[in-house]
Amino acid sequence: MPTVCDTRSEMAAVQDAPVEADNEKEIKTETLNDAAGNHASAAGGVIPSPPVASTSSSGPAKAGGPGSEEQQTLMAVLQFLKKNNFVGAVDVLRREAGILEDSDESQGQELAASALGGAEAGDATCTLSRASSCTTSTPAVAAAPAKGGEDQPDVNVVLSAYSQQGDPALYQGYYSGLKKFVESVLDCHRAELSQLFYPLFVHMYLELVYNNHETEAKAFFEKFSGDQECYYQDDLRVLSGLTKKEHMKGNETLLDFRTSKFVLRISRDSYQLLKRHLQERQNNQIWNIIQEHLYIDIFDGMPRSKSQIDSMSGSLAGEAKREANKAKVFYGLLKEPEIDVPLDDEDEEGENEEGKPKKKKPKKDSMGSKSKKQDPNAPQQNRIPLPELKDSDKLDKIMYMKEATKRIRLGPESLPSICFYTFLNAYQGLTAVDFTDDSSLIAGGFADSTVRVWSVTPKKLRSVKSAADLNLIDKESDDVLERIMDEKSASESKILYGHSGPVYGVSFSPDRNYLLSCSEDGTVRLWSLQTFTCLVGYKGHNYPVWDTQFSPYGYYFISGGHDRVARLWATDHYQPLRMFAGHLADITCTQFHPNSNYVATGSADRTVRLWDILNGNCVRIFTGHKGPIHSLAFSPNGKYLASGATDGRVLLWDIGHGLMIGELKGHTDTVYSLKFSRDGEILASGSMDNTVRLWDSIKAFDDIETDDFTAATGHIHLPENSQELLLGTYMTKSTPVIHLHFTRRNLLLAAGAYNP
Amino acid sequence: MEDEWRPKQCSVLLPTESMKTMAESVGVGQLQEESCVALTEEVSYRIKEIIQDALKFMHHGKRRKLTSNDIDHALKMKNVEPLYGFQSQEFIPFRFASGGGRELHFYEEKEVDLSDIINTPLPRVPLEVSLKAHWLSIEGVQPAIPENPPPASKEQQKTESTEPLKAVKPGQEEEGAIQGKGQGAAATEGKGQLQGFYSMLHICVNFFPLARSTHELSVEQQLYYKEITEACVGSCEAKRAEALQSIATDPGLYQMLPRFSTFISEGVRVNVVQNNLALLIYLMRMVKALMDNPTLYLEKYLHELIPAVVTCIVSKQLCLRPDVDNHWALRDFAARLMAQSCKTFSTTTNNIQSRITKTFTKSLLDDRTQWTTRYGCIAGLSELGPDVIKTLILPRLPVEGARIKAVLEGPVISNIDKIGAEHVQSLLLKHCAGVIAKTRPLPDNLEQYRADYSYLGPLLHSHVVKARAQATLQAQQVNRTTVTITQSRPTLPASQSSLGGTGGSRAPSIIKVPSSLTLMSTRPGTPTQPSPSATKYIVMATSAGAASTQQVLIPPNLSMSSSPVTSTVPSSASAQQPLVKVETAGGGASSVGGSRTLQKYIVVSLPTSSSSSSSSETKSSTTVPSSSASPISAEPTVKTERSESPGASFHGSH
Repeated sequence: MPTVCDTRSEMAAVQDAPVEADNEKEIKTETLNDAAGNHASAAGGVIPSPPVASTSSSGPAKAGGPGSEEQQTLMAVLQFLKKNNFVGAVDVLRREAGILEDSDESQGQELAASALGGAEAGDATCTLSRASSCTTSTPAVAAAPAKGGEDQPDVNVVLSAYSQQGDPALYQGYYSGLKKFVESVLDCHRAELSQLFYPLFVHMYLELVYNNHETEAKAFFEKFSGDQECYYQDDLRVLSGLTKKEHMKGNETLLDFRTSKFVLRISRDSYQLLKRHLQERQNNQIWNIIQEHLYIDIFDGMPRSKSQIDSMSGSLAGEAKREANKAKVFYGLLKEPEIDVPLDDEDEEGENEEGKPKKKKPKKDSMGSKSKKQDPNAPQQNRIPLPELKDSDKLDKIMYMKEATKRIRLGPESLPSICFYTFLNAYQGLTAVDFTDDSSLIAGGFADSTVRVWSVTPKKLRSVKSAADLNLIDKESDDVLERIMDEKSASESKILYGHSGPVYGVSFSPDRNYLLSCSEDGTVRLWSLQTFTCLVGYKGHNYPVWDTQFSPYGYYFISGGHDRVARLWATDHYQPLRMFAGHLADITCTQFHPNSNYVATGSADRTVRLWDILNGNCVRIFTGHKGPIHSLAFSPNGKYLASGATDGRVLLWDIGHGLMIGELKGHTDTVYSLKFSRDGEILASGSMDNTVRLWDSIKAFDDIETDDFTAATGHIHLPENSQELLLGTYMTKSTPVIHLHFTRRNLLLAAGAYNP
Repeated sequence: MEDEWRPKQCSVLLPTESMKTMAESVGVGQLQEESCVALTEEVSYRIKEIIQDALKFMHHGKRRKLTSNDIDHALKMKNVEPLYGFQSQEFIPFRFASGGGRELHFYEEKEVDLSDIINTPLPRVPLEVSLKAHWLSIEGVQPAIPENPPPASKEQQKTESTEPLKAVKPGQEEEGAIQGKGQGAAATEGKGQLQGFYSMLHICVNFFPLARSTHELSVEQQLYYKEITEACVGSCEAKRAEALQSIATDPGLYQMLPRFSTFISEGVRVNVVQNNLALLIYLMRMVKALMDNPTLYLEKYLHELIPAVVTCIVSKQLCLRPDVDNHWALRDFAARLMAQSCKTFSTTTNNIQSRITKTFTKSLLDDRTQWTTRYGCIAGLSELGPDVIKTLILPRLPVEGARIKAVLEGPVISNIDKIGAEHVQSLLLKHCAGVIAKTRPLPDNLEQYRADYSYLGPLLHSHVVKARAQATLQAQQVNRTTVTITQSRPTLPASQSSLGGTGGSRAPSIIKVPSSLTLMSTRPGTPTQPSPSATKYIVMATSAGAASTQQVLIPPNLSMSSSPVTSTVPSSASAQQPLVKVETAGGGASSVGGSRTLQKYIVVSLPTSSSSSSSSETKSSTTVPSSSASPISAEPTVKTERSESPGASFHGSH
């Protein structure tokens, strides 16, 4: 446990450090300007980087610079003096150091935070030690990062001072005071300010618990848990179980709250209102929490409505910051390689040499015109090095294009036919399914640790002959590829043994030579579909790996699991190339962008993140789901992303603008699979509620008008049009739909295990 | 949901006694109360934590049920050693025990004798995972094949029939249907596979499901209907079995249900007149198949089906040669069908059971009732259960005994009568012996039996003694046997009827209606004709398929009808009692002919006799669906002429 936790937090630190630092500064700037504006310049001298820099998100300013160590000592001494009532000394020291009175408390805390940042337990405890937490001893604070263990008596000593501050009995009063205030403000501000309730509630509760006020904590919970939005139910349930300080150690949900700032978006007017209220009331308790644990993203403009807020909230750490979604994303598709395509209508005749060139020319132009013009939104062709096309890949591309000409145009008037593959006798053990792109093979991952591969065409699965037999065959013959196959091994299905736990994800490589599977045992395995043996076991996740996915161009693959880190691998490296850390809970699903430059990950923290493979940055954070996300799908043009969660809703996102653009309600249980049709006209969703639903995605994308304002603020009005967009609902017979796939001709294939 | 968990959430803790018990089990006695409380909170919290983690595994395993494996994996994730050997497939395996002031839930681990395991035969290897493909939707329309859930659930059909105004409009049905479909979805996967032609045909039929409100059938449905009905009454037994299987299992038949019920009622009506035993048997098998189909809401069509079934039970003559043909088996089968429908459909509103009982009793009490009808009445009553036998048949035993004696021991009048009396006797013995054995106190005194049951006494005595011996022999199995019998469904042919019957059926009050129920024989020449009053023949039509609709016009004057709708139909007391006869153009009553094209439909009208001989069985109420005027309803008559000889076909169905 400790090892992985460390890795995780390290990674988190790597990823989040710049952002975090900025946030803190921004908040601080606010504080300084508002509370003690006249001292602003003085404060500016103290904090490591000047406040001017705080507004720009680009500057990788580090919170704990070289000077921070000294400053920290200074702060600790100051606290010590203060505690022992050396008033004169405090004053002198403060004057000497130029620390203003108001800021020193938060300052001290922040320093403690940066000092303790390395260790998990330290993190948790230090964030708890809000204002004047460093009272007791400097050595204790200094020692914390060095030790980094979970049990730190010293830290506890430090924190015991904290309990002197807030009177547990007053917490209820504070909270209901705020509640009354919010209820009394103008309607337009009420919805925005109501966002505060949940994070405040959680933090106040945790504080009570931390300070061993168990009964007060329980009473507080009982009284106010009912007020919280229903989509926080799951978290509240976790919280309700947590009534002792000891429980906080190692509790992940709690750590999420402690280590990440809950992000709220509030309009400037509402924020001013709140601030004035809290200052009037001298409500420091709440003010402190807001400063330390919340990130308030202030925007200019109209306050948002309740529905706007509800559509975006629900994640474990509030909404995404606006600047988190500002980075440019090259969502365009890569240029297709130039392949001479015999595009004759009659495939078989097309093989003849004669007559091919004549027909080919015009057609190829029409097909190629799109790809020849470089999409302005597309990434550089070589932004991510992609594997060279092999001859077999080219053949497959040709096949693909031939099939594409026969593709059915789908739309609300012409719905796809759905062929359902039912797994019989699976005894509830089917956990993952994948189809090859040409729909010739199906792979199933099972709870009994096996992976099974079926051929759904008359062509049976054959493995290559043994090495000894391979020596015997004539390598010069034309049908050498046929000869190497062992006819005796032909069968409709093959079983792959190797995992030691349920297989939670399977993915075929685009060339159909490999299969990936990930499992509870923490490994990702690469299987050869030529020999039907395991080639590599990628070890890196020490915890269950929930999903894995091959890049659409092969070679790369992504995996994500319980350790909250998504890893990018290349098949020929046994160590990951990139690690994407930032999610606050398990990564439940992964998906490659069609141009292979980005990956999307869905998580149990109810956010979707988009990561840039080139530099490992998180370029998009999508919030709005109210439950763990279990399925993702990119539209074929790369512009949109669909995500489905346990709450049964499917959300649509515009990647370029970083906006939510649609909400599809209808499913009553977890959406386990999503897929766009080949031309993107139809979105199919499959769910635990035994239905396949078809949605009009064209209409969903068209209906939303993205003017500049919405694009700038990210505040959209979602039309309530799920029923109009729903084109069809198809009930299966007690068979949860766990995978969907559109064939190249736009026939929809669905799969699931019959579950009587 | 929120309300459910909120009040509890903070307080759910393991009781401190559990801690004590567990501490004792690991050898720590005298645990202090304080430590117990501390432990309780800690343990409860950890358990919750583990379960929360286990839930993740459940979600990723795409299941709705948490299994012990999930818990194991969650423990493993926390670096805790999982619980080895704790397996639970379905249920929570804890047992409760109390004693000594303590209450305990414990995990029952039985000691296993290894030699037992070695000696028991190996269980069957579980089936290998397999893939099966089917069409969930074809260009946006879901075909109603067995692999898909039924297009309209039973509940929906019910709402539609009981509250037609509420019936969903085609546009809305999608949404409304979903709720019901979820529940009804589980039924027939795995057993309802059709083979070959029928499955193909069926897919065609359900390819374009029509809006439910219309009663028009698509071309495919008409084809399916034609094929199914032809196979059901045709000569090929294999085809028939397949067709019946299709009727019994296919989920998408509700649209054709009105046609099927009309087909059956008209078919019975015609064939009873023609004495075509084989066809009657086939039709009864169709009734059974319809009743077996779990997706059909039959209540709406009972007014057609029940008269048809009752006809087959009590009709005076069902076959051409009553002395040779085994029409008794048909009566038994139909009686069992009747009992089954009583059990399934009888409600306080339609009172099917009491009305049926009334009918049977009435004709049983009539002295002039034929032996055949008498047999049917007794069979019908007996199938309704031991309570009915006890209240309605046992008191009649002396009378019936005397009657049987008169025939069997008196001067030989008619061979047919003798056979009838013999059958009635064995039927009575069969049903009554079991009931008597259960109810009558020991000892079985022969003289006492003779006194109580007169002629049948000695025979009953021996049967009862036999029954008792059997009961003691299979002492433990008695209960199980009765249970099985209760659930057994009638099959044809079945020589043994259920002994125990069911105790569930309500015992109807004894109704004394001193009128006889007579079945009109349509063969004027038969010497046993009971009421040879003036008969009028009306030729309704002279060509096949043209005029079968006329039968709809038959006015009802049922003193009893099992149809729920009849009460609304005014019954004219003066109405005549018509029967329909199909007479071949070639003359003569023999219907064995192979290829006749011309048929005559004749309505036999009889003046109302003083005894108001009612032929309710051959009648249906006027509320035949309007669709019966469609050409399809002419099918049955076309079919009848193609049947083979009754005797042969009956034996074929064995």
